[in-house]
Amino acid sequence: MPKIIVEVMPKADLLDPAGKAVANALQRKGHAEISNVRIGKRIELHYASTPTDAEVEAAKQIAADFLSNGVIEDVISVTVEN
Amino acid sequence: MKIGVVTFPGTLDDRDAQRAVRIAGGEVVSLWHADANLHSVDAVVLPGGFSFGDYLRCGAIAAQAPVMESIIDAANGGMPVLGICNGFQVLVESHLLPGGLIRNENQHFICRDQKLIVENVDTPWTNGFKLGQEITIPLKNGEGGYIADDETLKRLEGDGLIAFRYSEVNPNGSVNNIAGLRNERGNVVGLMPHPEHAVEPGFGPDTPLAMRSGIDGLTFFTSVLNQVVNS
Repeated sequence: MPKIIVEVMPKADLLDPAGKAVANALQRKGHAEISNVRIGKRIELHYASTPTDAEVEAAKQIAADFLSNGVIEDVISVTVEN
Repeated sequence: MKIGVVTFPGTLDDRDAQRAVRIAGGEVVSLWHADANLHSVDAVVLPGGFSFGDYLRCGAIAAQAPVMESIIDAANGGMPVLGICNGFQVLVESHLLPGGLIRNENQHFICRDQKLIVENVDTPWTNGFKLGQEITIPLKNGEGGYIADDETLKRLEGDGLIAFRYSEVNPNGSVNNIAGLRNERGNVVGLMPHPEHAVEPGFGPDTPLAMRSGIDGLTFFTSVLNQVVNS
């Protein structure tokens, strides 16, 4: 099934409590080599057929307007996967 | 005087908001997220809760609901709109108020009676308060940390758009102790704490006079009723 994959991350300078909790657990497990963990979202949009250029553009708009909030998050990538 | 109270899937405090409107002397109209008709209301309350399970981001999916299209239009036309807690998050996600709300700084869900300073009384929801008045209403949230970029903050401070600030304790790490905002026009107000839980003696926060006697939240609702009657 053709997909468009949208990746969203919390802004670098904002607290990411989920990432911090995982990083703390890894420290406890002895993984001193991992200095930080950040957790974002991968969102899959499924299409019946390969998305057209216009549909890809629409997906980028959806990613910017709805799937992310520019005040607190960044869209890292919008990629087509067949 | 009709005040609409919106229910989204996952809204929790719609009944308390309705009760607050009634105690203040208003007529309640229940508004449903999937119905774009505002049924001739004079003002709208977006109550607290976890609309759409806080999926995607708090308030993000509710902001796309049919009823919100009508509320955004009406708000831009000057209708008074109050967003409480999750309702504040919906207002921010609808771009009716600027900035964003993130997980509390200390990572805990906070539930406490919270002191606030009223920073702006030129709104239909705050005109019954005195400028600088200290009030106490309940606060209960996990994602109430207010943030905005420096330019927005400068504008909020410079234009007097901060409606409420946390007093004594900043419970969630909000920048500049911001607890609530108003828009430029003043008709849209959003805040994280819950005025609708402090409207009836016996059920509000404790005061020096008596346990659970605090009704500071009632003024939000009497303010809007007075405003709409006088306009």
